[in-house]
Amino acid sequence: MAYLKAQNMTGGYGGADILRGCSIEVDKGKIAVIVGPNGAGKSTAMKAIFGMLTLREGDIRVGGEDISVLPPQKRVHKGMSFVPQVNNVFSSLTVEENLEMGGATSNSRLQETIAEIYDLFPILAEKRRQSAGELSGGQRQQVAVARALMTKPSVLMLDEPTAGVSPIVIHELFDKIIEIAHRGIAILMVEQNAKQALEIADTGYVLVQGENRFTDNGPALLADDEVRRTFLGG
Amino acid sequence: MEDLLNAAVLAANYIVIPATVYGCQLALGALGVTLIYSVLRFSNFAHGETMAFGTAVTILVTLSLQGIGVGIFPLPTALLALPVGILATIGLTLATDRWVYRFYRRKRSEPIIFLIVSIGVMFVMSGLVRFLVGTDDRVFDDGMRFLITARDFKELTGLGEGLAIRTSQLITLTTALTCVGLLFWFLEHTKTGKMMRAFSDNEDLALLSGIDPEKIVRIAWITAACLATLAGTLYGLDKSFKPFVFQQLLLPIFAAAIVGGFGNPLGAIAGGFLIAFSEVALTYPYKRLITYLAQSSWEPEGLLQLMSTDYKYAVSFLILVMVLLVRPTGILGGAKA
Repeated sequence: MAYLKAQNMTGGYGGADILRGCSIEVDKGKIAVIVGPNGAGKSTAMKAIFGMLTLREGDIRVGGEDISVLPPQKRVHKGMSFVPQVNNVFSSLTVEENLEMGGATSNSRLQETIAEIYDLFPILAEKRRQSAGELSGGQRQQVAVARALMTKPSVLMLDEPTAGVSPIVIHELFDKIIEIAHRGIAILMVEQNAKQALEIADTGYVLVQGENRFTDNGPALLADDEVRRTFLGG
Repeated sequence: MEDLLNAAVLAANYIVIPATVYGCQLALGALGVTLIYSVLRFSNFAHGETMAFGTAVTILVTLSLQGIGVGIFPLPTALLALPVGILATIGLTLATDRWVYRFYRRKRSEPIIFLIVSIGVMFVMSGLVRFLVGTDDRVFDDGMRFLITARDFKELTGLGEGLAIRTSQLITLTTALTCVGLLFWFLEHTKTGKMMRAFSDNEDLALLSGIDPEKIVRIAWITAACLATLAGTLYGLDKSFKPFVFQQLLLPIFAAAIVGGFGNPLGAIAGGFLIAFSEVALTYPYKRLITYLAQSSWEPEGLLQLMSTDYKYAVSFLILVMVLLVRPTGILGGAKA
């Protein structure tokens, strides 16, 4: 059974359901990518998995444990970590303070974890005393991911990590995400840059109107004519 | 030459020293307002009455200490009573939060609702203060009143003008400096302080990082209570304690916080001094100063006072309006007021 398993998620923000029986799963060390047209419920699915949206039906399990009723903060303690799409850093705090805040709840071995993070993102070590708001878009995304990693999560969720950064930086960021996955963390992300994201995906989910339309490994989805034509623009 | 020295002493005695001391008191008050604003996101109109409450308790304890003959001469007894005043005020703010503000926090009310609620709290607190110490003026400054009196200074220097430094002025300055130093150390170097800044910067992300909002709110109230009691007591020692004064002080305090940049602690301090110096400088009669500087027998006819001291609150209001028109985020940058 997959490490993170969200089954039959149904619900929305009151009124009509946005998610309609959507299921998503990802294992440790793997990358799952959710793509789909605007309004397909990609971000909503992420929010539901992280507990920022109450589901009418369906359940979410991490490592076999049902966490469907837990609020987001409790899910952090269950090893989940979330990088929001916007406002994902403390911009008036320095890079190092951002990391400290990420690890605020886990008192033990803070400095050690920070050292590991600097190992993964050398540029952040260089800029540790600079405030996060002064960094470039790509570096800020690195801070955002780094902050989320400070809780030593087993599941890392990223909501459009490459929104608004340059193509070269996207490439760099995806490399980092692959590296993080190799450390044995399950990665689930929503991506606008569908083609590039599917290239690195172990599993790709194409959502349409809150339902799973296609599910396969990334390259297979990219090769699928219908997926290409309908969702990837040719 | 002697005229110039006299002019300098005169300016120091009537403008620089009083404005610096007043600036310290305003800065402490503005820091409390700004702190609550950056964590709870509303302008706390009850802050003036919180100051009054802290001062009132301090006065009551001072009186009973004086009654049993305990003192710390040459320092005023009030300093000994201050910790009790601070603790009582912490109790008051925490209780208010628990019984009033938390209800609206859970309902996720708009900041404007909080602001209006705080006005209600202000009236309740103001009644409480009058119930506690009455409505009379109270002078509770004891100990050695002057470090140096005007007469001593004249004899010492042989100048025509005297420079008087009161003990309370020196106490205000040192306490304010220590407090501000401690506050910044707390915000910059302790984990809790950093959590407070993080919470103020980005509440959602702070929640995602597992920072407990209730704890941050509690610490904000505790810090604000300490600052309020200190500001109030120092003001009371320097002038005298009148319950209604603290409500009037709200205007210069808010002006200071907004002028410096709401939510920005450094701005609150800068704003405090800016307001204090403007108030004092614009209401001071310059007649004697000009006479000295003119270095001749010419003497201006009027008092050369730009406006009467009755209008001193208008000064902060004017500065406030100008800043809001020209630079709404304040001098050092903060939230849009």
